[in-house]
Amino acid sequence: MTRPATPPVSPVRAAANPPYRLPARLFDARCKACWFTAGLMVLVVLSFWSLDLQWRQFFSAEAANSMGRFIGEFFPPDLSPAFTSKLLVGAWETLAMSVLGTALAAALGLALALPASRTHEADPAYGRAPTRLLLNALRSVPELVWAALLLISAGLGPFAGTLALALHTAGVLGRLFAEAIENVPPGPGAALRAQGVGSGRVFLYATLPQVLPQLLSYTLYRWENNIRAAAVLGVVGAGGLGQLLAFHMGLFQMSKTASILGAMLLMVALVDVLSHVARHRLTR
Amino acid sequence: MSAVLPPSTLRAPERDPAWLPRLFWISLALVLLWPLGVATEFKPWVLLERDNLKVTAQFLGSFLPLALSGEFLSMVARETWRTVATATAGVTLALVIAIPLTLLSTRVLSVSALSGRMAALPFVVRQAVRWLLIVLRSIPELVWALVFVRVVGLGPTAGVLAIALTYGGMLGKVYGEILESGETHPTQTLLRNGSGRLQAFFYGLLPTNAAELTSYTVYRWECAIRSSVVLGFVGAGGLGQQLDNSMKMFNGGEVATMLLVFVALVALADRVSAWLRRSLS
Repeated sequence: MTRPATPPVSPVRAAANPPYRLPARLFDARCKACWFTAGLMVLVVLSFWSLDLQWRQFFSAEAANSMGRFIGEFFPPDLSPAFTSKLLVGAWETLAMSVLGTALAAALGLALALPASRTHEADPAYGRAPTRLLLNALRSVPELVWAALLLISAGLGPFAGTLALALHTAGVLGRLFAEAIENVPPGPGAALRAQGVGSGRVFLYATLPQVLPQLLSYTLYRWENNIRAAAVLGVVGAGGLGQLLAFHMGLFQMSKTASILGAMLLMVALVDVLSHVARHRLTR
Repeated sequence: MSAVLPPSTLRAPERDPAWLPRLFWISLALVLLWPLGVATEFKPWVLLERDNLKVTAQFLGSFLPLALSGEFLSMVARETWRTVATATAGVTLALVIAIPLTLLSTRVLSVSALSGRMAALPFVVRQAVRWLLIVLRSIPELVWALVFVRVVGLGPTAGVLAIALTYGGMLGKVYGEILESGETHPTQTLLRNGSGRLQAFFYGLLPTNAAELTSYTVYRWECAIRSSVVLGFVGAGGLGQQLDNSMKMFNGGEVATMLLVFVALVALADRVSAWLRRSLS
């Protein structure tokens, strides 16, 4: 029995198309990414299908007209001295809300971060779980919802907005602060503790000096966020530029709306630059 | 050394040696905070006035019992789904805006920049797209929603459009940063060897950055859920609008139920997004 002569196989030809080089199947039950993509597609399709989106109305001539009229009336922005002074008051109010809200939040966040962190191995940290739950609850309710809730007890005006910013940001900062405190190098604190120094003084003289730059950097970062939030909080009646915006937009006074929007953008850009410079200096 | 020192200097100081500067800085901060307090009408004692305390206590007291009737719960479930759907549809449209703008604006895909400076026209186009992204991003979604509610009327359309525009700007900007901060060598090699920009993107830039891009998108989806609730407050439908209605009617039980559902929804989105991002990395 003679075997059919096979041509000599060169190593290059043998690797030309081995089975494992076949293109992957489009869907494989063991492929995590496939399930992820499939789930995503189902979610997207269901979302578009279940919301009765009025594209026809949005792309209609009427909508285009009213959009065009809106934008046409934006120009020229109202820059009369009387209105500009109102704008300045609103901008100052927004700025004050964001600064005071962030400062209060930093204080409250630090106060909550202490029980929410385990500072050393032997620390029982009984308050850790409940405090973290509280921080999460504070954090997951957005500023605007806090503001709407606080309007009931603090009344219309910037005070409710300041408290709302403080509560939400306290949740965010408290968690970040707690993580910073837990991640601090343990050496200095352990040295003090070995000498019998109480936990309050250990925090003040060992932990705080080490984490302070990081805490300040987090606080500045949240301040940037808060000035954006403070600008729109007024829409529910919590003072600042947002309140002006909701008022004048409600009356369809578009030239005034345009200057309010301009003031918002300018203020946000200014704070971005300031905070960027400050953080750059801190972390240098 | 210590033998030379008199014994009194070896004792630890009784009080904080830096108390004077500390006191100075704290009082300076308080003095600077004073005008801010005036501007924000910061009067915490208002909260403790008898009338206010009564209203607050009444409102908080009405939180319990929670509103748990079947009809109300099915409404809450429907509105919760609408909130998630608004966020998802908004982020999908945001991708439709962000991806082309990213492709237009990223410097890595510039052919003329391979040999030193980018040519004038591509530079102007890229800079213009960047500015467009910045403008889209810096107008808050709430303001877009206020505008669109007036154009298309109350309902989720305004919310979806608002999220799409703001998040389109955010995603476009961050995508650009991710693409430019990653490893660009393969892409440049492809471009140098004559592949087109899209080919270089799909075979060089995308594979190296896909995980990070997806991770950021998932994170933004989570943020969009939170902001779609907020958009409900200006009439863009979903849980936020119902929450606003119940608050205006001082219906504490409904408010409490919806707040709990909302906190649970945010926590769930947080978990899902953290899990997805962990499995991506």
